[in-house]
Amino acid sequence: MNFTTLNELAVLCETQNMTIGQLMLEEQSRESGRTPEAEFATMAQYYEVMKEAVHKGLNEDTTSPSGLTGLDAQRVVNYGKQSEMNLGGAAGEVMAYALAVSEVNASMGRIVATPTAGSCGVIPGVFVSSQQRFGWTDEHMVYGLFAAGAIGYVIANNSFISGAEGGCQAEIGSAIGMAAGALVELRGGTPAQAVHAVGLALKNTLGLICDPVAGLVEVPCIVRNGFGAVTALAAADMALAGVRSVIPSDEVIQVMMEVGSSMPEKHRETAKGGLAQTPTGRKIMQEL
Amino acid sequence: MRFKDVFSIIGPVMVGPSSSHTAGAARIGRSARHLYGKQPEKAVVVFYGSFAATYQGHGTDRAIVGGLLDYDTDDPRIPMALDYAKQSGLEVSFEEGRGVVRHPNTAKLILSDRNGGNEVTMTGISIGGGNIEIIEINGFNIKMTGIYPTLVIQHYDSPGVLAYVTQALSLEGTNIAHMSVDRKNRSGNAMTVVEIDGEIKKGILARISQMDALISLGIIDLSQETQTEEQK
Repeated sequence: MNFTTLNELAVLCETQNMTIGQLMLEEQSRESGRTPEAEFATMAQYYEVMKEAVHKGLNEDTTSPSGLTGLDAQRVVNYGKQSEMNLGGAAGEVMAYALAVSEVNASMGRIVATPTAGSCGVIPGVFVSSQQRFGWTDEHMVYGLFAAGAIGYVIANNSFISGAEGGCQAEIGSAIGMAAGALVELRGGTPAQAVHAVGLALKNTLGLICDPVAGLVEVPCIVRNGFGAVTALAAADMALAGVRSVIPSDEVIQVMMEVGSSMPEKHRETAKGGLAQTPTGRKIMQEL
Repeated sequence: MRFKDVFSIIGPVMVGPSSSHTAGAARIGRSARHLYGKQPEKAVVVFYGSFAATYQGHGTDRAIVGGLLDYDTDDPRIPMALDYAKQSGLEVSFEEGRGVVRHPNTAKLILSDRNGGNEVTMTGISIGGGNIEIIEINGFNIKMTGIYPTLVIQHYDSPGVLAYVTQALSLEGTNIAHMSVDRKNRSGNAMTVVEIDGEIKKGILARISQMDALISLGIIDLSQETQTEEQK
């Protein structure tokens, strides 16, 4: 890849008059030696898997093997039909879709890691609900996934994307940043605005620990996907409105690295601290 | 760069719930299956660290056995892989490993025929997002990722082996992405593991098979499509 920072990415896009998604498709093709058409087709297949996961989570039984979680997405949808949601239609829907995919994951269904399985609900939630709302083509969405991938590539190589290394900020935080930046681009924002959205979003999850109850990708992972998707909409709106990340996004990524590196091991996916070690968390672990 | 392309960020397509504990485990199992060359009759799976602590909740056991049945990370049969293994004559046992390991998500596989003959061992670690590293094969310390088609060459430690292998690849117009070499002792057994760009051409296998110092040649290629039930 010809970029290592988000700033380099934005400058490259502007000088070549390309979107982040278009540029990433070219870069990917050069890296893999496969044609852009082949790479595009692979990503298009991945998007189909995301759509299927949303549909499955909204319509089928998603009770996990542990019995701890399942059907929360459907609860949100049903509640939205019966009463006025606090979030309003669009944000309520994105939350339900993200929960749906995350619940499919917990029940051993098929998903795409974006960037991990623990954070697999945020991007499909934002993408699939926004596509329905704005009537975008699948092609437009697939370019959006390349844009999300470019942002994630920078975060992963400058900081981390796994909870075991950097806490939940690295998983859910990265997913929100990727979704927010991509959504700015999907809405017609500039690469610079997309990059601001990433910084705005990441700042909101700095310090978030990874403390899965009984070590499972269920509590609190699933609801954090729901919250994360809503946050991505908010960050994209701020950036499209012209709000800037005063601390540049690349510097925020470095902060994520600094915070994650100093996070105690018990708060990095070991189930030795946080929610996992509450009286109830310990009881659940013993009973499973 | 630890992460090399867009599909290490968006991807893999996988059966949940954990990219490190489920998808990574499936890839480790599948690497061992490829190296064995066919479905083994017996597999001992040793889990260490976080794998040992949480393997049932994450389906790590089912995923790694799915890999041994040559399932890819998104194969819908993974949740039922233990049953399919039994049906197809693969006897699996799980053990909890002791001692210090360098990564929290480590699994060792010991594959053999029913009587314990024809044994192959492999140790893999799952480093996040479904990405893996194989760090040991048959007692040799090596490194490979499963991202590239890989040649696993066991041979006698004698002068000219590396030159022979690299020339064989060069003559077939194939580029080496990464390579690691280890030996048990001087002039004893050695292993060379070569990750390459592009496909493994027949000519490469033909040339390396003729090498005097060769003991065995294995191929690990996780980019290959998994056979579905219908195709079999």
